[in-house]
Amino acid sequence: MALLSILRWVPFAMITLTTPVSEAAVRALKVGDEVAITGVLFTGRDAVHRYLHDGGQLPPGVNLRGGFLYHCGPVIVKDEQGNWRCVAAGPTTSIREEPYQWQIIRDYGLRGIIGKGGMGDKTLAACKEHGCVYLHAVGGAAQVLAQCIQRVPKVYFMEEFGAPEAIWEFEAAGFPAVVTMDAHGNSLHKEVFAASQAELAKLL
Amino acid sequence: MNLLPDSLLELIRRASVEMPDDVHRAIVASLEREKQGTIARSAMKIIDQNIALARTKSQPICQDTGTIIFYVECPAGFDQIGFEEAARGAVKLATAKGFLRQNSVDSITGRNDGTNVGPGSPVIHFHQHRPLETTVRVILKGGGCENVGAQYSLPHEGLKANRDLDGCRKAILDAVLQAQGKGCGPGILGVCIGGDRATGYEFSKEQFLRRLDDHNPNPELDRLEQDLVSTANKLGIGPMGFGGRTTLLGTKIGVLNRLPASYFVSVSYMCWAYRRQGIALGSQGEVRQWLY
Repeated sequence: MALLSILRWVPFAMITLTTPVSEAAVRALKVGDEVAITGVLFTGRDAVHRYLHDGGQLPPGVNLRGGFLYHCGPVIVKDEQGNWRCVAAGPTTSIREEPYQWQIIRDYGLRGIIGKGGMGDKTLAACKEHGCVYLHAVGGAAQVLAQCIQRVPKVYFMEEFGAPEAIWEFEAAGFPAVVTMDAHGNSLHKEVFAASQAELAKLL
Repeated sequence: MNLLPDSLLELIRRASVEMPDDVHRAIVASLEREKQGTIARSAMKIIDQNIALARTKSQPICQDTGTIIFYVECPAGFDQIGFEEAARGAVKLATAKGFLRQNSVDSITGRNDGTNVGPGSPVIHFHQHRPLETTVRVILKGGGCENVGAQYSLPHEGLKANRDLDGCRKAILDAVLQAQGKGCGPGILGVCIGGDRATGYEFSKEQFLRRLDDHNPNPELDRLEQDLVSTANKLGIGPMGFGGRTTLLGTKIGVLNRLPASYFVSVSYMCWAYRRQGIALGSQGEVRQWLY
């Protein structure tokens, strides 16, 4: 058992998740697991969350069921052939979506939220109830993560929300992230906050 | 000054894609400090790879290319209006080339015209000085780290923070605790003790022009800067808030006079993607020297 828990931390033991992901696969994940995601990712940040929360509909072509929503406002350029190319694509701070996220997990069958900084109790409860996890990507690592975005087939809501806020469809391969909130009610963010608060009290 | 637009474009490009050496050294040191086989170490490895990749590909280190803040030191008679025009032009061009994200939004309508130029963007601070030389420094400060900045008004009963350096220490460490990994740590703090609510924050950001390995000329503040880094690194917040040994890479403190009624401690947080660069201009506006 001890050996297994050590193996879990080394890179070759990274867990591969391929979209669409089953509920069972997501419920098997635990806080601290390192994962590599392959398949379709949709980006969505502040404007998209507010829009869906207010009753807006997803455009045809955007199917979040069994999939991942990535809190990301990428830098995308068009190459000479007129194809979108992802130039930089790190995560944005997730906590801003806390008022809306639970509902989007519930209504659209998401299996994973990818972002940074963690989220709060409402999202944690929705993860537990509906079978979803929060995956922390390395904030600021825009180039390493952009390299994992192999194609950008489509964009939605570009006119309405602007490029950083639009829904971009990404085809990802080996996109690295860490489970920091699992479907069992555990949150690394809560644990680290409590431990660091206790430690600070000793040092003041 | 006909070479100024090109110089400013190259200044922005380097700031966005190349990590300054002093910061990179601190990041490599913190990677080596993190324990083998931890997610903190994995995160630092990805960060280190990212720095190399951004430089090689000449693409932004982080997609949030942030608030664009210029600091210009210039002699009397320098054409500030001409500089502002050149800076706005360079920002538009850098955005079109993908060195900057389309990042400036109308606060009321939410409209993003894709140029990064508008009211308050870019930010330009001019300081006249006696030497005849003109220097231009730029900081790109992302929104995630900007959102975890904090301003304390002392005394603060909840923190048991009085109007003295120990009270400042308590306030600053509270800012570190509250920020956790949300500002993309390991981070760097710029702090201003004193000033008013506006100048306090402004001067706290100006601390980011200092090199990470320099020392505060005031020995008492120098000790406080060292202490804050070592104390924060005992909290176990770690890279990205994953838990670990490096929470801060540095702290820089500046001081302004205050009113008798006010005692502000303003804390700006800079993410590990600490983008700053600077140039000294030649007579035609060419880059005469890189400052970092």
